Amino acid sequence: MTVIGGALAAGCAAPGSDAPEAQPTNAATPSTAPGCGTEPITLKGYFETGFPLPKTLTEEFSKQYPNVKWDIREDQFAVITQNAPRVLADDPPDLMRLPQVSELVKDNLLKNMDGYAQAFGWDKWPASQLEQMRLAPGGKVRGEGSLYAMGLNFSMTGVFYNKKLAEKVGMSAPPATLAEFDDLLAKAKAAGVDPIAQFNGGATGGLAFPLQNLMAAYGPAGPINEWIYQKPGATIDTPTNLQAARHLEKWIKAGYFWKDVNAVDYATMMSRFIDGKGLFMFDGDWESGNLDKQMPGDAGFFLMPSAQEGGKLAAMSAPLTFGVGARAKNPDCAAFFLNWVATDDKARDIGVEVGGSHPMGPADAHMPDVKPGTVTESTLAAGAKIAEDNGAMDFIANATGAIYAKSWTPNLQKMVAGQQTPEGLLKSVQSDYQSQTGGN
Amino acid sequence: MTGPTPDEAVDLAESRPGPRSRRRSPRGGLRRPGLVGWLFILPALAFYVVFVLRPIALTFQYSLYTWDGIGPSTWAGFANYVKVFTDPDLFASILNAIKLIVFFSAIPVLLGLAIAATIRQIATSRLALVARTVIFLPQVIPLVAAGIAWTWLLSSTGVINQLLTLVGLGDITRAWLGDFSTALPAVGLIGAWVLLGLCTLLLLAGMSKIDPALYEAARLDGAGPLREFRSITLPSLRQELAVCVTVTVIAALASFDIIYISTQGGPGNSTMVPGLEIYYLAFSERQIGVASALAMVLMVIVIAVALPIQRLTRDR
Repeated sequence: MTVIGGALAAGCAAPGSDAPEAQPTNAATPSTAPGCGTEPITLKGYFETGFPLPKTLTEEFSKQYPNVKWDIREDQFAVITQNAPRVLADDPPDLMRLPQVSELVKDNLLKNMDGYAQAFGWDKWPASQLEQMRLAPGGKVRGEGSLYAMGLNFSMTGVFYNKKLAEKVGMSAPPATLAEFDDLLAKAKAAGVDPIAQFNGGATGGLAFPLQNLMAAYGPAGPINEWIYQKPGATIDTPTNLQAARHLEKWIKAGYFWKDVNAVDYATMMSRFIDGKGLFMFDGDWESGNLDKQMPGDAGFFLMPSAQEGGKLAAMSAPLTFGVGARAKNPDCAAFFLNWVATDDKARDIGVEVGGSHPMGPADAHMPDVKPGTVTESTLAAGAKIAEDNGAMDFIANATGAIYAKSWTPNLQKMVAGQQTPEGLLKSVQSDYQSQTGGN
Repeated sequence: MTGPTPDEAVDLAESRPGPRSRRRSPRGGLRRPGLVGWLFILPALAFYVVFVLRPIALTFQYSLYTWDGIGPSTWAGFANYVKVFTDPDLFASILNAIKLIVFFSAIPVLLGLAIAATIRQIATSRLALVARTVIFLPQVIPLVAAGIAWTWLLSSTGVINQLLTLVGLGDITRAWLGDFSTALPAVGLIGAWVLLGLCTLLLLAGMSKIDPALYEAARLDGAGPLREFRSITLPSLRQELAVCVTVTVIAALASFDIIYISTQGGPGNSTMVPGLEIYYLAFSERQIGVASALAMVLMVIVIAVALPIQRLTRDR
């Protein structure tokens, strides 16, 4: 009986009473330049499975700095998302692929990188590159405040298309307006070509991609970003977003998506698109390298056209976020690595060739030569256009930790089944958002 | 629930040889022989306490707080329980689990009875052995693998739809797991397929225990096969049926893996069950308190359903 009593009593303190204390913000520049030294050192990494970029970079880094060895653990992104708080609290890695960061900052689990940003001069890079990883004290609002993570590169989304099918429906150039895009979709449908390849199954509602692209076509990116950054009073239920949701519903009703779209997952979408079952696909440049390999010369890319002729373009564009644990053993070396990824020529080459996306870093930094006519070339060019139009948005699925699986996805799936209206979709997501962010 | 219950522990102590009078006295069992008995079960009891009772106690404790799993928590009292019953999404998940009982429990038990009776009729033939093996096979396959295989079978281009088209039913083909009206039954079908083998084998084992003389006597009295089944087979299978129903009902109420693999709760929330909801609440929404409250409610429901089944079917 004493055994039972003792074991049961062990959990009597209020849960979370051993939570990590807030670290001193340490915003001052470190007295000595951060680096990896010359002594043997082992960096602990926690990366995403099936994503070769970070590992390739660490291999190259160890070649250039032989005293640095890596101890890398890999998991699927969904697993990392669920594990992140616990791993950062119990066994903090030096370098970690991060999910949505607000909640991690709120719990004091991530290192404040302001000191490194100053020491390495990251604060002189185009500000938009770091904006999504800045958080106000307490992790409440994103887009401003201290830097809590870094990107290995920044990726961007738009519309891929199958050039052979495009020829079949008489598409000679990417559409310049939303009306032209609609026209092409209708032509494809009439020609018996599946107009849009998209996933929307399980807990990942892929129709959020075209929806956000339509939001960008109808309205400015600013208010959408404010909503994602949890600015007080922000709402997703705006008139232009409603136009976008109605437009998406029109596409659904016109049969532009596969009939079984609610049962299609991401991998199935990719394999079907590569097999030629879909003219357009809303997806990101992380697939550029893959598509160049799987359907060489046959895949094209354009940014979602605006609803108005000559309107500004916007796209979901986010850094491949990595952070340093608040209580990591080798934060200086980890930060040095992140700086190396953005500034070393060889590392930038790897970023483009393996990662398929634009490297971080100063605007005038080295850019590798890309083979003309590839999708990678078009996505990199599109990235420059988005920077010019200041049209980078984070993904509406990243506004809170649960908004994607528990709100966007079920509502978009209901919309496909005719059980949700555009108005209801935005109202329902906004109400979930308010309960998840504490009613601001 | 693998550890011995206190009742079994007392039985264990009482089965030791000793004066009859001491065994009968209520305190006697706890004297010297009883003490040795407790010593024997101590290792198992320790495991049971640490890995079963303590987590349950902790879950109950967490259910009384608002907590994100890392930071400081605040006392919430029974607010999380109120949420479980008032939040339409959470309550709908409980209803879905109850609907799944039809597929996970009723179908395997009824179909299992029919199959077991049939196999028994042909017990001596080689076909019986093959049938037994084939039907039990799903039990050997990990649920995750079963889920993946069925996702392929039920997809819009899967074998099921191909077969339907072949027999001229092309009009009803659809993505079974992606359709609001068919997703839950489709998931239930996978569960039925997995649990059918277990029930069939259990019932078959129970049938082989029945004394053949009973059947002979019944036949001499002029009973037909149906009458035999109703008057001899069914009553003799009382305990096996109790085990089947209990195990399958719990599998329905506490289902997680099949649904996580095949639909992840979608489309919409049409296949969301408490097990999956608890997982989302705890690890994705980081509401440990609400997740724990739902877990406690689920445990109470499981006990409330399982205990009467045990009681009703107990041999007297």
